[in-house]
Amino acid sequence: MTDNGYAIIVDALTMEFPGVVAVDHLSFDVKSGEIFGLVGPDGAGKTTTMRMLAGVLTPSSGTAAVAGFDVVRDPQGVKHQISYMSQRFGLYEDLTVNENIRFYAGIFGLSKTDRERRASDLLSAAGMSPFGKRLAGKLSGGMKQKLGLICALIHTPQVIILDEPTNGVDPVSRRDFWRILYSLLGENVSILISTSYLDEAERCHRVALLHQGRLLFSDTPAELKKKISGDVVLVISPEPRRLRDLLKDSDGVSNLVLLGDGLRLIVDDASMRVPELRGRIESANLRVDRIEAVTPTVEDLFVQAVGKTGARNGKG
Amino acid sequence: MEKDSGAPSVFVKDLVRKFGDFVAVDHISFEAQPGEIFGFLGPNGAGKSTTIRILCGLLRPTSGEAMVAGLDVARRPEAVRQKIGYMSQKFSLYNDLKVIENIRFFAGMYSVPEPIIPERADWVLEMAGLKGRESALTGTLATGWKQRLALGCALLHRPPILFLDEPTSGVDPVSRRQFWELIHRMAADGVTVFVTTHYMDEAEYCARLVLIYRGKVVASGPPSELKSGAVKGELLLVECEPLGKALEVLQTGPSVLDVAIFGSAIHVVVTDAREAIVSLTKHLSEHLITVSKIEPISPTLEDVFVALTTRQAESTETKNVQ
Repeated sequence: MTDNGYAIIVDALTMEFPGVVAVDHLSFDVKSGEIFGLVGPDGAGKTTTMRMLAGVLTPSSGTAAVAGFDVVRDPQGVKHQISYMSQRFGLYEDLTVNENIRFYAGIFGLSKTDRERRASDLLSAAGMSPFGKRLAGKLSGGMKQKLGLICALIHTPQVIILDEPTNGVDPVSRRDFWRILYSLLGENVSILISTSYLDEAERCHRVALLHQGRLLFSDTPAELKKKISGDVVLVISPEPRRLRDLLKDSDGVSNLVLLGDGLRLIVDDASMRVPELRGRIESANLRVDRIEAVTPTVEDLFVQAVGKTGARNGKG
Repeated sequence: MEKDSGAPSVFVKDLVRKFGDFVAVDHISFEAQPGEIFGFLGPNGAGKSTTIRILCGLLRPTSGEAMVAGLDVARRPEAVRQKIGYMSQKFSLYNDLKVIENIRFFAGMYSVPEPIIPERADWVLEMAGLKGRESALTGTLATGWKQRLALGCALLHRPPILFLDEPTSGVDPVSRRQFWELIHRMAADGVTVFVTTHYMDEAEYCARLVLIYRGKVVASGPPSELKSGAVKGELLLVECEPLGKALEVLQTGPSVLDVAIFGSAIHVVVTDAREAIVSLTKHLSEHLITVSKIEPISPTLEDVFVALTTRQAESTETKNVQ
């Protein structure tokens, strides 16, 4: 039930609230069988977009098709094809893990055998098999999030929409989470996931990078990093502040960031500038443990794309 | 701002806190120096908040020592609270008050003497870039400004120690970089900045990190040192097709310690990168997997965090079995 191998097609989707355009002519598509990330800071329009795609919010203009159903004309049709885990996914804290799963399996009309097989697979992938009889209210934050995911995935929808499922989850549980998501792809489902952690973009097949309701870029993480103009250089030093003062106005240097034990900066050409920078540092007698060109991150790209204007004119 | 001569701003030795039978903090020791940006890391439930609550004088330790700004937190919790500023991502600001009203409110709360409030308020407005917007409703400010205002409010009484609890999670990276610029400026003035977080990108802004897990310190050092030394083995990036099968095959590959998936690539921890490139390429092709790229990469702080906590978990489980 997808259009030519696309699970989701979004075209000029727009949502205006009084005084603010939360989503502004957003276009992207999600292919069947891929994990697609909506990535951007708070206020980028991720949740609003997902609510429109889940058929619970009517767009101001533009169109979107999810699993072949038009979200404007047939929101009910959409709801049957998807699983949507919102940020306030309702777990019953006074029910056990197993009882919560049974409850959601009931809503989705699963048979007992299907439910038990799938629940046991998902619990084991989440590292939660021993906790079936624990009350949901007694689980840690990370485990609660994982239980929410298990409940949302207990039936087998074509499209899974997850709104910031890893928010507040520590790195260890986060890896479990992603392992579960990848284990589902074998069943040819598509996953749309949002996150405000730009480093999580790396875990998706493709991402749309959003800022203040607008699309900055949409591509694979590897291609995104090629869009940076210049090279990213990392300098490791026990005196980052003095180093920053020394290098901030150097030729060809931009986007200088002060880290705890070093600096991150963008230069127009690393092969030319790294020796230059090293020379300046040595003649100033500052200690540097390492200076090298490194792989750019999605955050480097975001900051370069948004530039200083994004932070200074956002009056809120 | 007074500076003690060389004494650490935060000094913790053999600190223990029990809740019934549960040991939340288990003999931890560390120090933070004046002017240092110190990162305190750990997964949910590791004992981070318990430690912070002890250091802020809100919870008594079961045993051990904790000194903040030269004061024993167990004996002088009230005095400690005058020496610290606290700010969390869940801003403590009142959205329906004006900017200047929030500043006055916090100045009162921290007992800033009335005559110097205007001067301090001015300093906050300047720092937060809110000059001329004193009468704006706080709720209408964009996140970056709100955050800098919250920081200013936490510093109104000029505390020598500032506690930041996940200060920049979810904030856009441009505002976040500006925020950390301010933090570095505070540190240069001698303020000790004590950051608790489990977001690795926040940890990168700290000069030194202490990682705790299940109430114990499992590693400490500058971020670059942890990245180069803490991961057992070396890290390889593998791009290949089909990915799902490759993941299974790699888990049983020669000298493979750990496998994690990143989009269209796989991260593999191996004992020796150079040997593994040869042996894994062979292993994968024997299973009819096409390798398009296999190369050594540097571990991220997240790799370090995961490696250290899982190693710790395994060693405690082995001990329990024995």
